[in-house]
Amino acid sequence: MIMENSKALTVKETNPAVKVLMYIFLVFWAVVNLFPIYFMFTFSLKSNEEIFGQNIIGLPREWLFKNYVSAMNTGNMGLYFVNSLIVTISAIAISMMAAMMATYAITRISWKLNKLTNAFFMLGLTIPIQASIVPVYVVLSKLHWLNKYSTLIVPYSAFALSMSILICTGFMVEIPSALDEAARIDGCGLAGTFFKIILPLMKPAVSTVGVYSYLQCWNEFMFANVFISDSVHRTLPVGIKALSGQYTTEWGPIGAALCIATFPTLIFYLFLSGKIQESFIAGAVKG
Amino acid sequence: MKTNKTDFKKGITIFLFLLPGLALFVSILIAPIAVSLYRSMYDWNGFSEGTFIGFNNYIELFTNGSIKFITALKNSMWLAFFSVFVQLPFSLFLALLLGRKPKKERAFLSIFFMPVLISTVVIGQLWLKIYNPDYGLLNRFLDAVRLGSLKHVWVGDVKTALGSIIVPTIWQYIGYHMLLMYAGVKGVSTDLREAAMLDGATPWQVDRYVVIPIIKPIIRVSVIFAVTGSLKAYDFVRILTEGGPFQSTEVPSTLLENMLFLRNRYGMGSTISVMLIFLCFAFALLITAAFRERDV
Repeated sequence: MIMENSKALTVKETNPAVKVLMYIFLVFWAVVNLFPIYFMFTFSLKSNEEIFGQNIIGLPREWLFKNYVSAMNTGNMGLYFVNSLIVTISAIAISMMAAMMATYAITRISWKLNKLTNAFFMLGLTIPIQASIVPVYVVLSKLHWLNKYSTLIVPYSAFALSMSILICTGFMVEIPSALDEAARIDGCGLAGTFFKIILPLMKPAVSTVGVYSYLQCWNEFMFANVFISDSVHRTLPVGIKALSGQYTTEWGPIGAALCIATFPTLIFYLFLSGKIQESFIAGAVKG
Repeated sequence: MKTNKTDFKKGITIFLFLLPGLALFVSILIAPIAVSLYRSMYDWNGFSEGTFIGFNNYIELFTNGSIKFITALKNSMWLAFFSVFVQLPFSLFLALLLGRKPKKERAFLSIFFMPVLISTVVIGQLWLKIYNPDYGLLNRFLDAVRLGSLKHVWVGDVKTALGSIIVPTIWQYIGYHMLLMYAGVKGVSTDLREAAMLDGATPWQVDRYVVIPIIKPIIRVSVIFAVTGSLKAYDFVRILTEGGPFQSTEVPSTLLENMLFLRNRYGMGSTISVMLIFLCFAFALLITAAFRERDV
């Protein structure tokens, strides 16, 4: 009987000491994850004297916004920011449209090879992007197509495609097929059904796909580093690398550059954290 | 006749809808792989015709020590080892903790996931500031706690350089795997949990015997991502060590880039590409098979 009682107790109550330990651990890990962002932000506002002196991790004593000015002027971060924006937005738009269309053909039109076509696109989830770097580089340099925005936009669209199709499929199969049939009866063709019925209903997918592609393109480093050698078309990651070579001894402007590159993402995350997490889950659970 | 005509029209529509996707996918991913396969058999500088040399590039890749491919592979494998046996267990632990509905569950989840979103270049730069031999946080911390004897030139010392790359790589993606596993943990029905609890299972036993078996497919995906991700590693190496000191921290992708820009050996570069694709697929299949074996 006593046994019975203690059993009933253990169902509800966890040992309070364990609970306290758990919270201590969770808070500790949260600090470990927040610290780099705090560190980045504070040293972006400090002078070398302060960083190298006694105040490496405290709040800045003097808020040196001129570090941001030198990152923008000497470091050209403004230009790189715009470049990243152009490349990222174009790549998202292209891959999203291509993915929506392909997903429509695969999931809502019945034909013999739709399963196979889907499997073919899904190969892109495993293929490392390094696989294509040599031939694409050779072709682009023969066509004198290096150092343009499209040098990055086209590969980025292709790399984002497989994941976009995977996520779009998840959304599109949820749309009831009765809608297609109704549209057909009203005299809508296959293409008309896509543009008038399906596409407007895919709005929720746009942010999920967009967020995933945004992170992929905004942060991409290898292709940008290999394909862009002039300073006019550099994206942020490559620009930061160049800047850190320029300012080896001065930390402030580098910190400012890091903040400039990171804040758009953090602001997105502040408002869309649920959506962003959802898109990562959608991308992995089925794959 | 009429059905033929509609079939034809349908075929055209399907083709047009697939065209943009296929054009991108084939021209940037599939065709280049075919070209890489073909060119991996050539001694080729990228611009002349090149000469066919069969499997010689592959043989040289593994036998010519100055290419450092074995070193690069070994480094990737170390990274994969620590990802699978340190990073993933830690991610799983966090996911299970959050699965127990602590207060501020969403806030913890969001904070733990945050490093995943930040560019590896930014994270790499921050870690350079941590590793800096004179002013870096790490050495100054060691001084402060009177462990100055442990100070190192972290990224410049052969003994510590690879570790200096592994630590931030693992740290950054703990949150990613945690999120996937957390989604799985949340998918376990509360009925099942409660039933186990009523049978007298402790929370740890519920996790061990109910939750973990259910989320095994997700763990499999995580293991595949961790291993293939390690094979593809590039960013942190380029930022932190540039493959040095003495090429001791090269990974396949940095070697690939060196083949193009330092040595003009495009044939050998293609060979490394092909090896990377092959290894990624081989490990993905191997891991899938290993997980299936244990299910029986």
